[in-house]
Amino acid sequence: MQFGILSALVWLPIAGGVAVLALGDRRIVAGRWVALLVALATLALSLPLLAGFDRGTAEFQFVEHLPWLPAFNSWYHLGVDGISLPLIVLSAFMTVPVVIAGWSVISVRPAQYYAAFLIMEGLMIGVFAAIDGLLFYFFWEAMLIPMFLIIGVWGGPRRVYATIKFFLYTFLGSVLMLVALIYLYVQGGDYSLRALQDLPLTLGEQRWIFLAFLAAFAVKVPMVPVHTWLPDAHVEAPTGGSVILAAILLKMGGYGFLRFSLPIAPDASRELDWLMILLSLVAIVYISLIALVQTDMKKLVAYSSVAHMGFVTLGSFIAWDIAQSTGAYSGAAMGLDGAMVQMVSHGLISGALFLCVGVMYDRVHSREIAAYGGVINTMPKFAGFMVLFAFANAGVPGTSGFVGEFLVIIASYKANFWYALLTATMLITGAAYTLWLIKRVLYGPVANEQVAKMPDLNVRELLVLGMLAVSVLLLGIWPAPLLDIMHSSIHHLVEQMTTSKLPL
Amino acid sequence: MPDTPTFWSTIAAAAPEAWLVAAMCAVLMIEVFAGGTKRPRLTGTMTLLALAFGAWLTLEYGSVSVRIEAFHGLYVADPLALVLKLGGLLFTAVSLLYSRPYLDRRGIGGGEYYVLALTALLGIHVLASAGNLLSLYIGVELLGLSLYAMVAFDRESGVAAEAAMKYFVLGSIASGMLLYGISLVYGLTGTLALGELAQHLAAEPGLGLIVGAGFIVAAIAFKFGAVPFHMWVPDVYHGAPTPVTLFVSTAPKFAYFALIYRLLAQGLDGLSPTWTQMIAAVAVLSLFVGNVYAIAQTNLKRMLAYSAIANVGFILLGFTTGTVAGYRAALYYMIVYVLMALGSFGVILLASRRGFEADELEDYKGLHARDPLLALSMMMLMFSTAGVPPFVGFWAKLAIFDALWQVGSVWLVVIAALAAIVGAFYYIRIVKLMYFDDAPAQPRGEAGVALRFVLALNAFAALALGLVPAALIDVCIRALG
Repeated sequence: MQFGILSALVWLPIAGGVAVLALGDRRIVAGRWVALLVALATLALSLPLLAGFDRGTAEFQFVEHLPWLPAFNSWYHLGVDGISLPLIVLSAFMTVPVVIAGWSVISVRPAQYYAAFLIMEGLMIGVFAAIDGLLFYFFWEAMLIPMFLIIGVWGGPRRVYATIKFFLYTFLGSVLMLVALIYLYVQGGDYSLRALQDLPLTLGEQRWIFLAFLAAFAVKVPMVPVHTWLPDAHVEAPTGGSVILAAILLKMGGYGFLRFSLPIAPDASRELDWLMILLSLVAIVYISLIALVQTDMKKLVAYSSVAHMGFVTLGSFIAWDIAQSTGAYSGAAMGLDGAMVQMVSHGLISGALFLCVGVMYDRVHSREIAAYGGVINTMPKFAGFMVLFAFANAGVPGTSGFVGEFLVIIASYKANFWYALLTATMLITGAAYTLWLIKRVLYGPVANEQVAKMPDLNVRELLVLGMLAVSVLLLGIWPAPLLDIMHSSIHHLVEQMTTSKLPL
Repeated sequence: MPDTPTFWSTIAAAAPEAWLVAAMCAVLMIEVFAGGTKRPRLTGTMTLLALAFGAWLTLEYGSVSVRIEAFHGLYVADPLALVLKLGGLLFTAVSLLYSRPYLDRRGIGGGEYYVLALTALLGIHVLASAGNLLSLYIGVELLGLSLYAMVAFDRESGVAAEAAMKYFVLGSIASGMLLYGISLVYGLTGTLALGELAQHLAAEPGLGLIVGAGFIVAAIAFKFGAVPFHMWVPDVYHGAPTPVTLFVSTAPKFAYFALIYRLLAQGLDGLSPTWTQMIAAVAVLSLFVGNVYAIAQTNLKRMLAYSAIANVGFILLGFTTGTVAGYRAALYYMIVYVLMALGSFGVILLASRRGFEADELEDYKGLHARDPLLALSMMMLMFSTAGVPPFVGFWAKLAIFDALWQVGSVWLVVIAALAAIVGAFYYIRIVKLMYFDDAPAQPRGEAGVALRFVLALNAFAALALGLVPAALIDVCIRALG
């Protein structure tokens, strides 16, 4: 098997990043265009992936299998299925607005800025496309470096604190995951994902492996109580950094659960699902309340992200409770469907909200809610977009936010009425904090002179927010294609997680 | 094949060592007789040429697929010796390349420096090819004495003299312990030949042998700079002129790898249940003391010294397994670590200028604005040492974890993982200083283009070997087949 389209998706942005870096700050005009072209080319390259994807099978497609490290039986092994494909396309898609959003705003070391984002795009796609455990870890960890720099160089006043916290938190979780991966390799002699998933393990082994993976994925999602790095990182990151962090990086945790925890340690997942459900519910209920009292817009969106990601983990781990109360696994797929849709949708919405905050920040240089008021008077076009994204964030029907949340709530209702009730509080609190944010920032009389001087969206910003608005609406009105892509893989996953690895 | 090897075929195996002796004498004579201002240049160039030719000789006469003994077993040539010698040659050559401008600028670039480096290298060669406890000891002393002298090389510097004194005194004690351990082993087994030791070890080792092994482990720990015999490391790294620190921290590691492998893994293999436990204790202590103390340092050379202690802990972890896979992982880790240490000290050398040593952490604030190439290289090296992919340091840690899991050492895996996380902090702090902090007005280093190219190559090697890890791992597999 030769290098193929997935390799191109991984290495083209990385090569582009190196090229932008080589062009340097002095030739940044050319560098910007190179960055944009590379981002667009990557997005274009992901389209044949969508078009050529066979929805009828859960097998990995577009597979590339080349020797990489024979001594450890690790391969350069890439492939996509219905779970990774949407996330790859999302990664390729979200990098474009990030590049455009930084166009004239980033004046400090712009070449390094674009290079970091492009390299990160390649690494993120690598994470989703890798179907070799070691290769997955390779991309997963490598991503820390550009993100560390993005927050640390272009972030806000407390950026150094935030970025070191981010690095150490995620590094801690990842190293434990590595230890678990190596253990699995020593047991099975193979790093390929399918071999890892099929490896028979005792309950004791599964428990430890589950916890090690949990350490890595829970930090990335992030789940309560290891979510505290996120508000710091988000607040201090530049707009583009926040967008990538919220849109893609958090999804890696959810993806990890679906890809590793559930299939590799199904019995431990089943045994410990109460823990996951509990933590998810805490995230949904408690973190939403915390979001309500934030005075910093970015922090508010960050906490809202934690709460929304609670739906993802809840949807992923609700299957066994559904089976217990209904006696069948038929409803299990719904929770997973909801989790996946929620990931894609949250990627778009939170990215868009951070971009909205960024638009205002570029004009007034404050993230405080109190610094604004009556923005709609000076920026009507912008206000329209922001209201749309706020509705989507609150899960209003017709937007993508509704689909994922609704699926998860229905699934949790099948499991237990009280889960559903607690989950549904999100519809109220979510609406409360987003709409209250809108009220304070957009409506009312013009608050101060700075707001009065805010110019409305320029073409660049219009383009960015426009493309996100279209996607949010499209996915909300017509989610069937996305569900269709995932169907076979989710079905396969349900089979894997409900098949015990323990001897009868 | 004739029954008895001819005299010349015996000599041929030791051609690299013979050549080094000859080169040493020649460089010394050039220094004495070729006068004029060009002297340092000439001796330096001659030395580098000699090293290149030595590498060719080593490849030509040392490339053996099976173990060959010479001089009645005092000297062995095997694939491991080949790798260690080539590593010693390469890293000595690059350290000398890095050091030349520094030495010349400060007027201490005399030919003696190169002679001492060649003597040390000879010690590395002797150790790498030692087949007998005595030749092993000769190698240790040859290397050790050259290093003491090198540390004291800048005679104007009081700090360096103090460091050399500490190094010498503590090093002599370690040599004494090694000799005492060897004598116990010899007394109880009746042989000095490493190859025959295994047959003479009783099935149930007595207390005497265990005590002997204890002394040997202590001496090895001292030479590597492992806790609790690490006290000399920070002082020597800090006090010695930076080129010497660079040398001390890189090439000799190859020799000490030979020391531990030939003594423990080959000679005292039968005692491995005993010494693996001693090594495990030393390794765990080194990981913790090294990583925790490194956080508190404000001097980069001192910080890297504690980092060296921690990394030695990782190398020793490979030996706690008592398996070939573990030794391989240790060899791989050692080579990778030395590559990164070489680059890190290289950065210090390149950032320095006359009257400005660039060895305080403060000196690296905002380096990226002053000197982007230097900062980028340092960043790559630091992330690599922290064990973050895509750099090669990640694979080194992976190999060690893998070897530990193979023998089921759960606790050592957990401890190593925690140590890796603690270690990550002070490495990324360097990146923070270089990239996130503002630059005080400071001059750039005086290094020339060629040297900067060498550094870039060094950092790039950490990346390339990380992207294509199979290359170096295969070398280690071949060395310890």
